[in-house]
Amino acid sequence: MTASTLSSATSAPLSEGTGLSLKKRLARSERRRKLQAALLVAPLLLFILFTFAAPIGKLLWRAVHSPEVAEGLPKTSQIIQAWDGKSVPEEAVFVALAQDLDTAYAEQRLAVPAKRLNYDSPGMLSLLMKAGRKVASFDSENLRQQFIDADPRWGEVETWRVIRNASSSYTDFFLLRALDLTRSASGEIVSVSDDEAIHLDILYRTFWISALVTAACLALSYPLAWLLANLPAKTANLLMICVLLPFWTSLLVRTTAWIVLLQNNGVVNQVMQLLGLFDAPVQLIFNRFGVVVAMTHVLLPFMILPLYSVMKSIPPVYARAAASLGANPWTVFWKVYVPQTLPGVGAGCLLVFIMAVGYYITPALVGGPRDQMLSYFVALHTNETLNWSMAAALAAVLFAATLVLYAIYSRLVGVNNMKLG
Amino acid sequence: MALPDYAGMPEKTVYYGVRVLSGLVLLFLIAPILVIVPLSFNAEAFFTYPMPGLSLRWYLDFFGSAEWQRALYNSLFFGIATTLLSMFLGTLAALGLARPEFPWRGPVMALIISPMIVPLIIAAVGMFLFYADWGLVNTRLGMVLAHTALATPFVVITVTATLTGFDARLLRAAASLGANPVTTFRRVTLPMILPGMVSGGIFAFVTSFDEVVVALFLAGSEQRTLPRQMWSGIREQLSPTILAAATLLVLFSIAMLVTVEMLRRRSERLRGISQ
Amino acid sequence: MKKLSYSVIALSLLAASGMAMAEQFTVTTGGGAYSNSIRKAYFEPYMAKTGDKIVEDVWNNEMAKIKGMVEKKAVSWDAVTMESADGMRGCDEGILERIDKLVDKSKFLPGSITPCFIGSIVWSNVYAYNDKKFAGAKPSTINDFFDLKKFPGARAIRKNPKVNMEIALMADGVAPKDVYKVLATKAGQDRAFKKLDSLKGNLKFWEAGAQAPQLLDSGDVVMTTAFNGRIFDAAKNEKKPFKIVWDGQVYDFDGWSIPKGAPKKDAAMKFLAFASQPEVMANQSKYIAYGPTNKDAVKHISKEVLQDLPTNPENMKKALPASAEFWADHFEEINTRFVSWLAQ
Repeated sequence: MTASTLSSATSAPLSEGTGLSLKKRLARSERRRKLQAALLVAPLLLFILFTFAAPIGKLLWRAVHSPEVAEGLPKTSQIIQAWDGKSVPEEAVFVALAQDLDTAYAEQRLAVPAKRLNYDSPGMLSLLMKAGRKVASFDSENLRQQFIDADPRWGEVETWRVIRNASSSYTDFFLLRALDLTRSASGEIVSVSDDEAIHLDILYRTFWISALVTAACLALSYPLAWLLANLPAKTANLLMICVLLPFWTSLLVRTTAWIVLLQNNGVVNQVMQLLGLFDAPVQLIFNRFGVVVAMTHVLLPFMILPLYSVMKSIPPVYARAAASLGANPWTVFWKVYVPQTLPGVGAGCLLVFIMAVGYYITPALVGGPRDQMLSYFVALHTNETLNWSMAAALAAVLFAATLVLYAIYSRLVGVNNMKLG
Repeated sequence: MALPDYAGMPEKTVYYGVRVLSGLVLLFLIAPILVIVPLSFNAEAFFTYPMPGLSLRWYLDFFGSAEWQRALYNSLFFGIATTLLSMFLGTLAALGLARPEFPWRGPVMALIISPMIVPLIIAAVGMFLFYADWGLVNTRLGMVLAHTALATPFVVITVTATLTGFDARLLRAAASLGANPVTTFRRVTLPMILPGMVSGGIFAFVTSFDEVVVALFLAGSEQRTLPRQMWSGIREQLSPTILAAATLLVLFSIAMLVTVEMLRRRSERLRGISQ
Repeated sequence: MKKLSYSVIALSLLAASGMAMAEQFTVTTGGGAYSNSIRKAYFEPYMAKTGDKIVEDVWNNEMAKIKGMVEKKAVSWDAVTMESADGMRGCDEGILERIDKLVDKSKFLPGSITPCFIGSIVWSNVYAYNDKKFAGAKPSTINDFFDLKKFPGARAIRKNPKVNMEIALMADGVAPKDVYKVLATKAGQDRAFKKLDSLKGNLKFWEAGAQAPQLLDSGDVVMTTAFNGRIFDAAKNEKKPFKIVWDGQVYDFDGWSIPKGAPKKDAAMKFLAFASQPEVMANQSKYIAYGPTNKDAVKHISKEVLQDLPTNPENMKKALPASAEFWADHFEEINTRFVSWLAQ
């Protein structure tokens, strides 16, 4: 295929004078080659769009698209738009609510809008479910009073404000919540109360753990990469195997290994007690320490490899020149050698940091509840609390953070320079 | 890199310091993996040394349990299917991307390698919600599609790497000597990119074989893979059977490592890049 | 008349199962010792009797799995064991089938049958300690679980607000009968969280039922809340030095539900009808210390088995029946707070 385009391109000048101008024929063959190249890439592009990009797009969309109340309580959602927002609504609104509750409860789907309202204001779920169970026994006259008698919260303006705010299919509620913000009664963006504010903490924690891991990786990699780059090729290749073996070993295997090593009755504690360092086992895992150690181990090769390839390409002449000009070894190292390794340091640090920010498996298995990072909460809201909109909003935050870091990385390193192994 | 005779105290300290430090880092890298290997032969369900006796019971457990066997079979199935599909898609795309006239290379490349960058949890949750609309959750097809999306970037990158420095004149030479396009591809292009395809394929296989986050969301009990099985094992009760499985996986990764290294050297030789 | 119709339904289902072709369906249970008891008491006899094949799966009560399957019409489970509150919550959300017609409610303990849920066992949340860790005084009341001075050492609780809220309030002096009244208020929830806060530096968490005895065994904690059957199993079958404290136990029902749109719903219904017969239910207590919900089944259980069950009067002196309705209504709001509490 490749050959045909090349031969047609090269043969073009030879067949001059067949009617079309040279310019036109060149343009046509240019177009044809473009098309051929595009056709080669198209299958993968479509594949990635369908299997990967569309799912992520749909997830992020879910962070702002939340039609549960509009669909679950359709009559109420519509009629409440006309409400003045100052006093308890008219009878007509209660009639609409009674009809919605009755239908939704009978069809076993009242919990869906009720749950959505509960995110805005805890307690709404039980309020709606109780009303749903009772509404069939209400008289059709004076529903407003019957609702308020059943639960005084129906007579509060705040309850209705929550329903109105959630009745639109689109909302910024979850994205704001992901940053510990919310809208006040008057619609301004304010911080949430202290016992609800957890997401910023989690975000800082995610960055902090990633920074610790990156720093640890850099500190451990630098001397090793230097040694590997300066040893004779045979020895270096042999030692390189020790770096590559963990790289190729299953993540689950490495995580298992750390649990075996660090647990209370594990090998490390056993050795420390034998040496008389401690009398009782020390907690080394299921805490922050365990997370940082295991993640450093997992990500270390991603720091060593870029550092090594940069150091390998540094010619020794500059350092020799500096030394011959009288610089002491420290100055040579710090002022001449280190600056030349900075591209590798930058690439390695960003790569490790980007990977660490999105980590899920290792912290989930070796961390405690207070060592969990953003990814864990995306999974938690997907699997346990079933708050998929919140999962989507947190995923959006994580996605944005990754994109920013990646943009820096590609500016610094370039996508095309990414190497493997 | 031997230490010169005139080296003084500071040089000696640095010289040995770097070596000791590097040795410790290498130990840190390799020891955890090696420590679990002997423990998998422990006669008792303990994770400490000295071991009371040796036995193969955990391996018998691994090979005798229907659950672990199903997981092993599934992992191999997904790994091979993913490898074939991603080698096909990835090689085609790499050939297209390597052409100088390919339009919008930047954005297309960014999209194609995005599965390597986007945090897995985002991909997994998105796939869980999206694939379900197509009835792909808890199916083999869904797992293969997801793993292929994650694995193909590796093939694209490795094949692209073998094409850099590829001398396009070779193709013209072949054509001028009368070879048709198919023959040119088979006799000239393919031998050049084959090492890249194979090492990309190995990366693809390992990506699928080692993947657990997507499996947590997309795989039902019938599609459970080895890492998924290990995940629930670790969360519920760490049994030595997991160590037996882990040891087998370590052996497997050594084999992968050796193969990829050999391929890399062969490819460098072919392209005339000397060490 | 009503009773007659139940038995007719149940019997005809059973009879039909004998004639129909052998079916294969998936039943999902809670893992570990609990799954083993279900396999021996229900699956093996049922498969031997009917020739059907039951494929087993395990879950940790992540209701999201069922919600996801049902919403996306990709249901792969035909019957699932779950806690009564989840059975009620799932029913409200429309993700479970109505199955209460299958049994005669009057034969079962009150509260054990709800529209989408057939309770099969009474189980209890108790706390247990490692006997070797306490040479002198032994923990004996729910207050001792929260008493770090008298009984120092790490504790573990389930990573779930259910039960933890209740025992925190009981240890704080709330009488069992008032627990849910107090817990329905913001002030009551504050009080429960404050009590849990007092343990925070010494607290670990488990998710799968099998983890609780493991944490005790490894020495990671000196006491833990647990499902009583798991502790009983470890103490009896593996000879672990674990002791159960029944004071302040929160007992609950666990049982069967069918996800809406289960592919083999009919086969699963036949199986549930079989599994709800008193003689069959009585067998499960042989394998794990959970009591049957069918009142007639108690007759078939031996004396020594009975004394380790949550329903033994000796164990019921200070006991709280878990309220499925309370948790169906309040789980969402309390869990949101519990999740933030964990992460802080």
